[in-house]
Amino acid sequence: MNVTLFITCYNDTLFPATGKAVVAVLERLGHTVDFPQAQTCCGQMHYNTGYQNDARHMMMHFLKVFRDAEIVCVPSASCVAMMREHFPKMAAAMPDAAVGRDVTAMLPRVYEFCELLVDKLRSVDTGATFPHTVTLHSTCHSLRGTKIGERPLQLLRAVRGLSYVELPQADQCCGFGGTFSIKNADVSAALLSDKVRAILDTQAEVCTAVDNSCLMHIGGALSRQRAGVRCLHLAEILASTSGEPA
Amino acid sequence: MSVRVGKAAEAPTFAQAARGMLGNAQLRHNVRHATDVIRARRAHAVGETADWQQLRDSARAIKDHVLRHLDTYLEQFETACKAAGGKVHWARDADEANTAIVDIIRSHGGTEVIKVKTMTSDETGLNPALEAAGITPIETDLADLIIQLGADKPSHIVVPALHRNKAEIRRLFMEKMQLPELGERAEDLAGAARRYLRERFLRVPVGLSGANFAIAESGSLCVVESEGNGRMCLSLPKVLVSLVGIEKIIPTFGDLEVFLQLLGRSATGERMNPYNSIWSGVTAGDGPQEFHVVLLDNGRTGVLTEPETRPTLACIRCGACLNICPVYRQTGGHAYGSIYAGPIGAILTPQLQSMKHSQSLPFASTLCGACYEVCPVKIDIPEILLHLRNKVVKSGGAPLAERLAMRFAARAFKNGGRLESAQKLVRIAQKPYVHSGSIERLPGMLANWTQFRDLAAVPAESFRQWWAARQNKEKK
Ligand code: SF4
Repeated sequence: MNVTLFITCYNDTLFPATGKAVVAVLERLGHTVDFPQAQTCCGQMHYNTGYQNDARHMMMHFLKVFRDAEIVCVPSASCVAMMREHFPKMAAAMPDAAVGRDVTAMLPRVYEFCELLVDKLRSVDTGATFPHTVTLHSTCHSLRGTKIGERPLQLLRAVRGLSYVELPQADQCCGFGGTFSIKNADVSAALLSDKVRAILDTQAEVCTAVDNSCLMHIGGALSRQRAGVRCLHLAEILASTSGEPA
Repeated sequence: MSVRVGKAAEAPTFAQAARGMLGNAQLRHNVRHATDVIRARRAHAVGETADWQQLRDSARAIKDHVLRHLDTYLEQFETACKAAGGKVHWARDADEANTAIVDIIRSHGGTEVIKVKTMTSDETGLNPALEAAGITPIETDLADLIIQLGADKPSHIVVPALHRNKAEIRRLFMEKMQLPELGERAEDLAGAARRYLRERFLRVPVGLSGANFAIAESGSLCVVESEGNGRMCLSLPKVLVSLVGIEKIIPTFGDLEVFLQLLGRSATGERMNPYNSIWSGVTAGDGPQEFHVVLLDNGRTGVLTEPETRPTLACIRCGACLNICPVYRQTGGHAYGSIYAGPIGAILTPQLQSMKHSQSLPFASTLCGACYEVCPVKIDIPEILLHLRNKVVKSGGAPLAERLAMRFAARAFKNGGRLESAQKLVRIAQKPYVHSGSIERLPGMLANWTQFRDLAAVPAESFRQWWAARQNKEKK
């Protein structure tokens, strides 16, 4: 199948390795990947911080760039949630009814990375090898915004050599919350400290998730504490092989 | 007209207030423990209710209907209540409500009033108004009594003294009730409160309550509670005054079937609240012989006018959104600067003040969505938070540095080329701060990030650059 990658602005800038991993997994499974260079951002940061007008422009740009894509793959649950929850509302508030039709036509073609693998491509086993102890943080947007649910776990379980340890209270928010982490830094840090404690208690070597935003926050604290635990996007684990380990 | 929500107008920002709370280890331990216990109980009680989602849908449908026809139902309530022998007072704001209540108590020469289950009176700042008029308010709900004796503030809308543990309460009772001896068990504490309150129940001739529901067809009020102290307050005094927000209306007695199933389970994890008091006007020879209802607006009609914000008024104050909220769990309720804490407080308090105060509250959320999932009337709180954030930004309430950063980002996101240029710029700008691939200290607003977390440096090559290079190689 031909998959068009929406890498998302922050993965593009801060986590290119995740994008490369997505490409590696999809190509290994025999699909072709396409990356429109005109793409930018879904508008989530602006929308969630109160800058809805700016977000609207980003939505329009996204719709234009991905208009002809058959399948759009997004390695970020929160960006997918942004599109599903807010694009229809933003479109409905616009005078041009064509925007609403564009959104309705676009959304069924948008897949979060795990959804794409499990539901559309039916490839739970991606042929990965990752001989490490891994725990999974279930991000809020993978649980509620997109209802990705157990899919990340299904994918992890098929990875050779991986030993999975459950994260206690995995569904507790890590406290990132986008600009919340700056505006309410103390509360954000308090939530983070609970999350970090839970992760360290598992003795896992790696903490994974389907949102690099949460991992940036969690990983930032683990790094500050010199905890020696790595944070890796799920795609990077699924891309890992014995020849090219993550 | 002065709309007021307690002292929220003068409250510090959420971030400032939260900081103090986070330093209080005892408070945080108490809040975590209490919310964990209630959450588990709620989950159990909800889990055994097969038609939970249908109940939520019904409740929301009833509330939506009432809020669209609130004027009609309020008048129906007034007519029915008067017909049953009650007196109805309309209060546009806190001061009008407080004045009406003081006047009623004064007309009976009262110098004391026993109070139960009225958060709304905290919203209007009634206690200070009573004290200024020489009337002593006596809180009779156990938790409210703990708050009053400790000159403390409520921190939860269902369990106001949730931030206190048994040992703290015991010390407080011994001191304030002048008890040389007191056991440590919950029963001992309840017993002490009972002895303290009984005497007051029998002595004070005026009672004051709130209401969970006001039934339009019969003009009845309904109060649910766990202790029976409410029942005493509602039935023993000669005169009863009830302060009721105008959004508490439901059309018929039958609608209680839906709400009473939802409320007990959501609030305390009980299938039903132990005490459900419902009364209509006055009954000769039984209970209070004079009954007043004060219907309070205090900013509610403003909330009603916008379809986006209107669902805020569907709230039945069950507290489930507080118990589930990760932010509330860390800070407790005091950080919200109003009687209404947690997610519902974050949307209600600023709106009741026409968005003039408490503008930091809509930002006091990670948007995790847990509140929406548990709300028995399906209020999409995150959606309303976002709507209010947009209002704050549009009215110029956002900090300058943030506005500039957002503008920079918005420009970068116009097309791929601009984004690539912006990425290059950031790579140059970060240089002085990067040490072995990591950033541990940033200036300005971003210091709030590096205060607690490292930041991996922006890598030398973005994904789009990598992709372009790869494409070029393939072409060759
Ligand atoms: S908003 Fe919903 S969950 Fe929160 S107190 Fe109100 S009814 Fe309960």
